[in-house]
Formats: sequence, C-alpha cells, structure tokens
Amino acid sequence: MARIMEETRKAFITGNEAVTWGALAAGAEIMFGYPITPQNEVMHYWTRLAPQYGKGFLQTEDELSAGFTVCGSVQSGKKAFTATAGPGNVLMQEPFGMAEAMRLPLFAVIQQRGGPSSGTVVYSQQEVTLTTFGGNGEGHRIVYSTASHQEIYDYTIKGFNTAWKYRFPTFLLGDGYQAKMREPLEMYNPEDRGIEMIDTYPLIGLPGHIGENREPQHLCNIYSLEEELYEVVMRVSAEYEAISPELVEYEEKECEDADIIVLSHGVVSRAADDAVKELRAQGIKAGYFRPITLRPYPQKQLREAIAKSGAKKLLIAESAYGQLDRLTKQEIYGETIKIENLFMPGVGIIDYDIISKVKSSL
Amino acid sequence: MGMIAPVTPKSWYLPSKPHKFCPGCGHGIVLKALGETIDELEIQDKVVFGCDIGCSLLAWNFFACDSTQTHHGRTTPVMVGIKRSRPELVTIGYMGDGGGYSIGSQHLLNAAVRNEKVSLILVNNTNYGMTGGQMAPTTLPGQKTETSPFGRDPELTGYPTKGPEFLAELTSDKAYVARATVAKYKQLKRFLRNALRNQMEGNGFSFVEVLSTCPTNWRTNAQQTWNFLEEEMEPYFPVGELKSPFGKGDK
Ligand SMILES: Cc1ncc(C[n+]2csc(CCOP(=O)(O)OP(=O)(O)O)c2C)c(N)n1
Ligand code: SF4
Ligand SMILES: [Mg+2]
Repeated sequence: MARIMEETRKAFITGNEAVTWGALAAGAEIMFGYPITPQNEVMHYWTRLAPQYGKGFLQTEDELSAGFTVCGSVQSGKKAFTATAGPGNVLMQEPFGMAEAMRLPLFAVIQQRGGPSSGTVVYSQQEVTLTTFGGNGEGHRIVYSTASHQEIYDYTIKGFNTAWKYRFPTFLLGDGYQAKMREPLEMYNPEDRGIEMIDTYPLIGLPGHIGENREPQHLCNIYSLEEELYEVVMRVSAEYEAISPELVEYEEKECEDADIIVLSHGVVSRAADDAVKELRAQGIKAGYFRPITLRPYPQKQLREAIAKSGAKKLLIAESAYGQLDRLTKQEIYGETIKIENLFMPGVGIIDYDIISKVKSSL
Repeated sequence: MGMIAPVTPKSWYLPSKPHKFCPGCGHGIVLKALGETIDELEIQDKVVFGCDIGCSLLAWNFFACDSTQTHHGRTTPVMVGIKRSRPELVTIGYMGDGGGYSIGSQHLLNAAVRNEKVSLILVNNTNYGMTGGQMAPTTLPGQKTETSPFGRDPELTGYPTKGPEFLAELTSDKAYVARATVAKYKQLKRFLRNALRNQMEGNGFSFVEVLSTCPTNWRTNAQQTWNFLEEEMEPYFPVGELKSPFGKGDK
C-alpha cells in the first residue's frame, strides 16, 4: 500500500478533513457521495486529493445511489466508502440494510445534523437509533461514536479494518460540530503505528475460470422459505454476538467510588469529562462512562461500573430526546440504578449543563 | 415619506420581505414573475406553492398563498398528492436543478409520463447552491465546482442534463414544456402563465425550466454573472417553448 505521508505529522484541520486523510491513509480506493451539510467537505477534500493519489470519486444522483454504488464496489473488492447526514442517512438505510444482509464490508461516515426531516444543518445526536438499528433488520452493524478529531482519524482507519475483517457494515458516527470545527491532531501512516491494514478481496469477479478452477458466485439477499431466512438470521446473530466482546470499546473514569455516573457519547462526553472533573474538585463524587461503540454496546462494562461504584444514579446526557437513553436501558435491563436524563435534542451540551443537572439530582 | 416604493405583486407576503436570496441571485426574478402571474390570473386563493430543499426553500413564506415545503427532491410527488386529492387547487412546485434532475428525477419522469396536472418550475443555476456549490446535473463541461474542482469532465460524469428536451419526449400533447431565462423577463412571464393556464384548463403536466444566476457559488461579479448566463448557459440550454397545447411553440 502506498504511503500517504512521509512521516507522522501534526495538523490543525476540520473533522471532515480528518475523515478524508484517514480514508487516504487507510488505503480507501473510491468514494461515492451526494452533497449534504455538514458532511460536504469530506467530498470537497476527497475530490481535490483523490486524483493526486490515483483514487476514484463519483457524485451520484442521490444517497440511495451512493449507498448502493458502495455496495457494488465493495463486492467487486474495492475499499469504498461514503459519507452522509440526516435525511441522507435515512435514504441510505436501504443500501445499509443490503450490506447487513449480504455481510458487505461497507464503511460510512455519518455527521449527525438536527432532525426530524430536514431539521437543521448544524448538529445533533439524533441519528443514534437510525445508525445503530435503522433498516428492516436486527442491527447487525458496528458503530463507533467519536469525540475528537484524533479519534475521527483513528477510527476512520480502524473502521475500514473492522468492516473488512468482520464483514459487518461499519459506521463512524460524528456530528456537525466535529465535522466543521478545527482541532489539532496527529496524522500517521497506519504501518508506522503497527496497524496492519486488512487486505480487501472480491466477492464477485473472481480470478480463474468457472468450471475449471472456481465456482460461480451467487450472492443473494432474499429467500423463498421462512426457515431459510431464519437460519441465516440466527447464524449471523450468533456470529455478531461472538465477535462483540472483542469489538466493544468504552471509556471510564472515576467510577470506583462514584455516587452518580454521567453517561454520554460522542462530543457530549467532552462536556461530561470536564463536568466530572469540576464536580470532583467541588467534592461531589461523580463518575464518567462513555460507550465508544454504540453497537455492540459495552453493556457488561457499564454494569460492572455500576456494581463496583455502588452509584445510586446514572445521568444520561445527550443532544437527542432519549436515543442513547433507550439504547442504554435495553442493554442494561435489570439494573435498579435510578436513571436521570439531560435531553437537549439538536443543541450542544456544555459542562455547566451537566454540573447543574448533577447537583439538582443529588 | 416621499419615496416611491417599488410595485410589489399582491400575492407577495410582505412580512417576509426583503427576501433572503443573495444579491444578484436569479431566484428573486423568477419569484417576481411568478407573483405577477398569480396576480394576473387571480388565483392567489387557489394556489398551493410547494418548495424543495435547496435555495428554493428560502421561498417557503415568500407568497401570500398557501405554501408547503418538503424534502430535497420530493416536491413533485407532494404536489401530485395535493392535486390528485383537490383538483380545484392550482399546485406550483418550485425546485432547483439538483432537486429536480438528480435526487428527484424519478418523480419528475413519472409525473410527466402520467401527465400529472401540476405546474413545476425548476431553477437551473448549474450547481447545488444551498449546499455550497457542488456539481449539479446541469453543470457545464469544464465548469469548476466544489466536487468538480478541476472542471466537469464529460468523460467521467457525462454531459449536462437537458430537462425540457427530455420531458418533451416523454409527455403527451397535452403537456406544456418550456425553458425560460431570467434574462428575458417578458418571455419568462409568458411561459409561467402558459404553464399555469395549462393546469387550470385541465390539460396536464406543465414544466418550465428557468436559467438563473448564482453569483455566490459561481464567484462572479455582476458582469461576469450576466455573461455566464447569456454567453455560456443559453447556447447550451436553448430557450423557448418545446411543447405547448396553446398553438405553435415560441422558440
Ligand atoms: C436527502 C437529502 N440529501 C441531501 C440534502 C442536502 N441538500 C440540501 S439542498 C441541496 C442541493 C440544492 O441544489 P439545487 O436543488 O440545485 O437548488 P439550489 O440551491 O441550487 O437552488 C442538497 C444536496 C438534503 N437536504 N436531503
Ligand atoms: S447560493 Fe446561489 S442560488 Fe442560493 S441564494 Fe445565493 S445566489 Fe441564489
Ligand atoms: Mg441549483
């Protein structure tokens, strides 16, 4: 694989630019996309950089087409990706469902904007349910929720590897704030950090001669019998569950003796981190827990944090009206810890909001 | 006050003025012509104005007419839904070239084939204005946009969509199909009037593409803007009536 950077370098760039560089460093070969704010600049940077590195790009007629062209491209063995947001993410649920059903190594970046409908072009965390469980399936997807530009870069690289290693559609879930703001980060070639990029391979268009040294490939996503589909879904579910323990990622701080654990994801976790530090400084025993993978969810680790701390309360803070809350509750069913909420759909959350909520909850 | 206020169409909604389009934008000219036409046909109370997501969305409260807004590319089916349910209403769908020819192209094609009795106005500014100037189906060969930074290469992305030509082939003789330009105001008004009359007389599908300006994303000054419209766009997109139940086409 061609080296994208001479050496590791520091940069001060937007999150969308970090996606583009991460994708280049990961060896992505082609992007398919359709304009939508706040994701546009991923395409803008890609269209400028791609020719220099011999990469492909197509602006499709809409997001359905962008998603399905990625499905086609990865079947043919190319490291393809797309990026979208909001109503575009809604339309892409159809191709994402195909990727789930056919175990396609699709990688997509989602920069959440306000919803429902056209909503705002700015920011939200309202695409959690859609990205984790969208489509007419069982949520057999892997979703990384990033909180910084360094993570955007790191998880773009990792996302391609996860998709190709496990063959479940993989998502980087960012948001408009992360997409548009500038922040310092370190960009590197994966091999310089000991990261081995997984080789891609075609599922169709295979080498060899049919009937001589290979069989024809017949990929499908529809079954005649209920039992056939049942077998497939049960097998895929079992595989998904089997790999989940090695996939889950999370961050936990100050939970050992916490009276209250603040649970958040994505960019809101930065406010939560600051809030917990400030609360500790004021003598309030607050803890911090952040799922990095929303699918699969670090439910075991969260249960352990609750158990070891003996915390009485869990505060779930999100820029949505209860999407992380629902996801968390279904994952930790049976826990008796009292759950408090800070729901601010489509607007940012700062440390002050969390500190006030914690104080009024205790 | 001693100042002479410009004559504004009665069908304009004054609390939303001045409008929110960029200086030099063609959308305002199209909407002025449409407002005057609505006044002349005395249909203000019967009009349902529907706008797409694109810069057309800035017109969501432009008229003192009942108005609605939908998703990017979906104005055509929303207008069809209204017209099929309440044929006495005069439905006007207002969209951009991205909304109409790209993401909403299947709706446009099928509405035309079914001869849906709606009037659609599509503003061709050769780019995706609202999202910051990406390539549109109408971007001219060699034209630089945010997603064709080295100029549109027809080898890679084909030639610009000629909407009216394509729709004229698909529609029955009852349809009205034309291309106007903001540079020829009287003609623009005549075409809009015909497109509305065609719906009101129960003939069928009516479509007007309007060549328009987007100085913000073209990054042009006033003179360059006008030059691009008249010297670059018009030769590629010929203006005129391609199909009209009201007699000989006006080329
Ligand atoms: C499903 C979906 N995809 C993408 C977008 C983002 N979007 C908003 S406006 C627009 C393009 C507008 O271009 P055009 O239709 O040509 O209208 P203009 O702004 O040029 O008048 C796009 C892609 C969206 N709102 N919804
Ligand atoms: S971006 Fe272009 S089309 Fe949109 S309002 Fe401004 S000039 Fe008009
Ligand atoms: Mg346009």
